[in-house]
Formats: sequence, C-alpha cells, structure tokens
Amino acid sequence: MFAIVLKEELAPKIKLFKVLAPEIARKAQPGQFIILRIDEEGERIPLTIADFDAAAGTITIIFQEVGKTTDLLGIMEQGDSLLDFVGPLGMESEIENYGTVVCIGGGVGVAPVFPIARALQEAGNTVISIIGARNSELLIWKQEMNQISSKLHVATDDGSAGQKGFVSDVLAEILDSTQVDRIIAIGPVPMMEAVCKVAPESITTMVSLNPIMVDGTGMCGACRVEVNRQTKFACVDGPEFDGHQVNWDLVKMRAKMFVKEEKEALSHRCGEGECQCHRKNEK
Amino acid sequence: MSQEKRKIIPKKHPMPYQDPGVRCSNFEEVALGYSEETAVLEANRCIQCKNSPCIDGCPVGIDIPAFIKMIAERDFAGAISKIKEKNYLPAICGRVCPQESQCEAKCTIGKKNEPVAIGRLERFIADWEMAQDLESTPEITPNGKKVAIVGSGPSGLTTAACLGLKGYQVTVFEALHVAGGVLIYGIPEFRLPKKIVAREIENISRLGVDIRVNAVVGKLNSIDELLEQGYDAVYIGTGAGLPYFMNIPGENLNGVYSANEFLTRNNLMKAYKFPDYLTPIRVGDRVAVIGGGNVAMDSARTALRLGAESNIIYRRTIKEMPARHEEVEHAMEEGVQFEYLASPIEIKGNEEGRVTSIICQKYELGEPDESGRRSPVAIPGEMFEIPVDTVIMAIGQGPNPLVPQTTPDLNTNKWGNIIADAETGATSMKGVYAGGDVVTGAATVILAMGAGKGAAEAIDEYLQGSK
Repeated sequence: MFAIVLKEELAPKIKLFKVLAPEIARKAQPGQFIILRIDEEGERIPLTIADFDAAAGTITIIFQEVGKTTDLLGIMEQGDSLLDFVGPLGMESEIENYGTVVCIGGGVGVAPVFPIARALQEAGNTVISIIGARNSELLIWKQEMNQISSKLHVATDDGSAGQKGFVSDVLAEILDSTQVDRIIAIGPVPMMEAVCKVAPESITTMVSLNPIMVDGTGMCGACRVEVNRQTKFACVDGPEFDGHQVNWDLVKMRAKMFVKEEKEALSHRCGEGECQCHRKNEK
Repeated sequence: MSQEKRKIIPKKHPMPYQDPGVRCSNFEEVALGYSEETAVLEANRCIQCKNSPCIDGCPVGIDIPAFIKMIAERDFAGAISKIKEKNYLPAICGRVCPQESQCEAKCTIGKKNEPVAIGRLERFIADWEMAQDLESTPEITPNGKKVAIVGSGPSGLTTAACLGLKGYQVTVFEALHVAGGVLIYGIPEFRLPKKIVAREIENISRLGVDIRVNAVVGKLNSIDELLEQGYDAVYIGTGAGLPYFMNIPGENLNGVYSANEFLTRNNLMKAYKFPDYLTPIRVGDRVAVIGGGNVAMDSARTALRLGAESNIIYRRTIKEMPARHEEVEHAMEEGVQFEYLASPIEIKGNEEGRVTSIICQKYELGEPDESGRRSPVAIPGEMFEIPVDTVIMAIGQGPNPLVPQTTPDLNTNKWGNIIADAETGATSMKGVYAGGDVVTGAATVILAMGAGKGAAEAIDEYLQGSK
C-alpha cells in the first residue's frame, strides 16, 4: 500500500497528491511516469511524475478529474492509501545544455513540465516558460514555474490571467524575437499539436504522450503511437517524442477506443449507496 | 487382481468437462478433474514398466510411475510428496503441460493404446492436496545467502522454490501487481483458475520466499544494482512479454489488440466483470484471431465468452498448428470457427478509426521449412474480406527489453533473447543466470520450469563453491 501523505486542491477538479514511495522516489527522473491502481477493482492508469523527493521518499502526482478513476482518486484523502503504485516507468527526458529552451505546459500538463524545466535550468539552459489554462482559476503552479524560469509567460483562453489566447500564440511571438534551441510541450493533445505546427521543424519539439496503457512495461502494446511512420510503444520507447514526427491523428483516434465504456463506468453505481463520488459532489 | 491388471483398458478414463454449450458463455474452468475413484482406476492402467520412459519425457524429471503407484494404492499424501520432490507447481502443470508431447508421448501403454493420463493424475493429486488443507511448511535451515529472482512466472517461481528449500533467502521481483506472470495475465481463468495459481504461490511463499510485486527490474533496480545491494546471485526469468505485430496497414486502428493486451485486460484486470471492475474491453460482434498457438486459442475462446462470434485465421492447416490438440478441440466444440491457409494483409476501418473488416491472402502448403512444417505459399490473386469488429494478433511474443537494455554486460542474440547455457542458465555475467522464454523464445510453462530448476542447481553449486 502506498500512503497519500499530502493532498492539495490546486484548482477545481485538479488535485495534487504526494505519495509515499521511497524506492521510486530514489530513482525517478524528469519525464518518467508511474502507474497506479486504487483498489482491487480499479484500473491501472498512468500519470506523469510532477515531482519527486528522494529524501522525503515521495512522488508528487497532479491529476484532473476527467473520468471514473480520476474521480475516485479525487475523493481519496490524506492518509488513505493506493493499492498499487509502480514506477518509475518510461524513458527519462533528455537533459543537456541546449542553450535556450522553451518549456510549455497546458492545463495539468504544467505539472510534468515542471521537473523537466527545472533540470534544464540546472543544466545551464535559459528556460523560457509558457503556461496556460482555460482561465485563471485553472492555472496551476505559476509560482513553481516562475522560480525555475528566466522568463514566465502566461496565457488563458479567456484572458483572465496573462495574455488572452493559447500557449502556441505566445510561442509564435517568442520565436519571432528569440533564438530558441529546443521546445518541450506537455498538455492536452490539441495544444501539443498546435505547438508543433507553430514550431519550425528545425527545432526539436519534445512532447509527452499519454495514450491508453495497461501494464506500462512494454507488454500489451495498447499505447501504440506512430513516430516517423514507425509504430512505437509510448510506455517503453517514450513517453517523450519529437512532436514533429508524431502522427497526431492516430493519437487522437486511439484515445477514443473506450469512450463508450468510460461513460458507462462513470454512471455505474453512481447515486447508489456505495458510490462516494455522488455524495461528495453534493457537499 | 494381477490377472485383471494384465488386461489393459485401451482408453484413458475421460475427463469430465463442462458442457460446451454452457461453458462458451462463462469463465469457469472447463475441465472438472477426476474423482478419487476415476483417478485410482486410471492409475491402475499404469503397468509400472521397468524402464519408465515417461520420466525422460518430463522436463523436471518427476518419478511418474512412483506417484501413480501411490495413487493406485490410495496413498494420496505419498503421491503428492513424490511429485513435489521435483515439481513445485503440480496443480498448474497438471492443467497446462503438453503431456501429449512429453511424458505421455513416451508411455509404454501408449504404444498400442492411449497412454496413461499422467497429466490428469497429476492435477488430481495436486487438487486433492489443496482440498485437504495439508500443505505443510518444511523445515529449512537458512544458509545466509541471498538470491534475487526477476519475474514471477513459472520459471522464476520454480527457481525460487528450489532455492528457498535449500535455505537461500530468496526475493522475487514482479513488475505487475500480482505474482504469477503468464499464469496470471496470459492463461485464462477457464483453463487455469487464478485461485489455483494463488494457492501454489502461497506454498512457495511458505518456504520463506519474499515476493515483491510492483517492482520493475530495469527501472526500479538494474541487475548490477541488485548485485551491489548484496544479492549473491540473480536469476532472470522475465519471459516473452513483448507482443509482435504484423506490420500491415490498419494495424493501429481501434479494435486491433495484441493477444497480450486482450488477455491481460481480461485475465489480470478482470475486464469480463466490467463495469464492476473498471478495466474495459470491447469485442463487438465478430472477432478475428490471427495465429495458431495456445495464445490464439485462449484469445478466441475468451472473445467467444465475451459474446462475440470468434474466428481463428491461421496461415497453415490444423495439422501444423502449434496449439495443443486438446485446446483446438475445445475451441471447436465451443463454436470457434477456423479459417486455414489464410493470413491478413490489411485491416480496414471506418472514418472513426474503428476496425470494420480484414482482408486475407489465401495460401497453399509448399515445402517443409526448418521447423519441419510445410510452409505456406501465397496463391497469387486469391484474397477475401471478412467483416470484423476486432482483430487480435496472436502471432508470437519476443523477450521484454527492459532488463537487457539496462544490463550492458548481459549478452543477447539478434532477437533480444538472453544468451544462457541450456543446462545451467549461466549468462555472460558472473552470478547472473537466466532461463525460460527470455532465453528460448516463447515456449511452454514446463520448459520454463525445467530451466528454472537447472539454474537453481547451478546457482547452488556456484554459491556453495564460493563460500
């Protein structure tokens, strides 16, 4: 069992857990992910590591309540335990001194960008960060990102914080005026795709893919993605790839594999005595 | 009595099975097992011939005539002890070993009649023991040495049991959240109930073996780190868990699963109980399973039980099928359709990216290949299309690369299999042994167990010598 030692609500439906997992915390690197399972009936879901603290033995995860499992996760409290927590999985981010790197996080994607941006800054890069969300309320980790960035840009769809517009719009402006050597972008698929359209192919633009997975160790192949016209397993070959080479249509299509089942799971037992999410939502 | 004994009953006592019409829609075990009476009668078919060729046919060398004699004499406790001298997972082997090509293939009775049903007797006696709650903890004197085992499939578990009994402090590292490897994620409930696997693993834990789940060696620890952390030897039994695809157009459409994914969702994650269990699985109305091995049969029979019409597409004929005959027969009885001499060349989908049909090339049999099986040759221009909602690729698995990738001194061959001595499992690294599918490529449970056993002896010799 893996205890949740800290729970924080960062924004509506966006929560942070610090989970006690000393062995994983000792090995985790930026860019890697964990897989968790809440209980015996639970599914295995991958979440990119938002931070790790070897001394405290904790892994930080940030998630948005978007489906059955993340809803159930959201009602867990500090002191509760997850049944399974496995990692660190996937390849770590490539960290070198590239020069000037733009780190872009959209929505909950700000969380996994943070340790990468920090490592890039520690490696001597000039880190320009762009974080974005639909509105100011949903913007997370602005301070954290500010601390490790030479310059932080903020964009919101409605203009309630920072610049009105998308992170990709901000990127386009930066590219006009600044020599950029590398881009990292993590967030919703449309955001990452938009960033790749704005970024010239000459600049390596790493994205972190989060397809459907089961085991996360290369065993099932559910996480197939096409990179440079070749099939790759995001769990062991990724999760980061150069976004210019990613077949985005396939990424979007494969994410819809279980849309019907996801809806069914959401409504299953909802409103019955055993469904806690219903009661919780009424509070 | 001796007069009667001479008269050989030509056929095995039949195994009672769940009716095909009933079992095709449930996940309960298909074979129900011998009763005591039937087991004793079947045991009496063994003539206790002098040279016991059956023992040579057993990869772990069980004294088969001895345990069968004990069953005939109703000394069931004696019979299970006899088996456990050589095999720690009898309830599993009795169910999934290909006895027809091993011990039973060599049976003297089998020359003119059906061989003695050794596998069914092994299963009977293992189940008998479980029902009695007789499992005991043997007295073990710890020898102070530590061995790490990577992977908790049949090979790793066997090595763990052998070394545990010898007094080693054994830790098994399992990447998934349940121990058992392919016995848990791969082989379906209806062929190998998971409570049987759990029970056999409990027996191994009782030897003092520490099984750690959620521990991905290659990520959490490398092999070198395990050695640095004070393990005196390491055994790698990581199996063949990397699914192969065909590299044909349409293979990444929604509705194309690797057999590994399909079976893992169902067996490990219990998707057949969705939405009580949260892992989904979708089969649609019609499923095509590509391949002719046991994994293909398991996939096709699982799809059937999930309510789909299930088709096996195999590029040779039933004669060349690598699956156990019994599994093919069970699949047919349950209503799985077989399309021989055909192989997909393209999978088609709709605008949403979902599978709608599969296009196959027709084949005929040509000259025998290296395996001795006649190889399929495409018949130019002969193609056909079958409408399907799901395609399951069961064309084989390769070794998982996580361990070799992070262990630079470990030699592998061009397919990524670890190079290890066939008898001892010794690898290119001192103190590191390997066996089972990660060395041989996808094979059987019992061969993996045989390799584990050989490696346990070699590890013991190595560590006792290094005292």
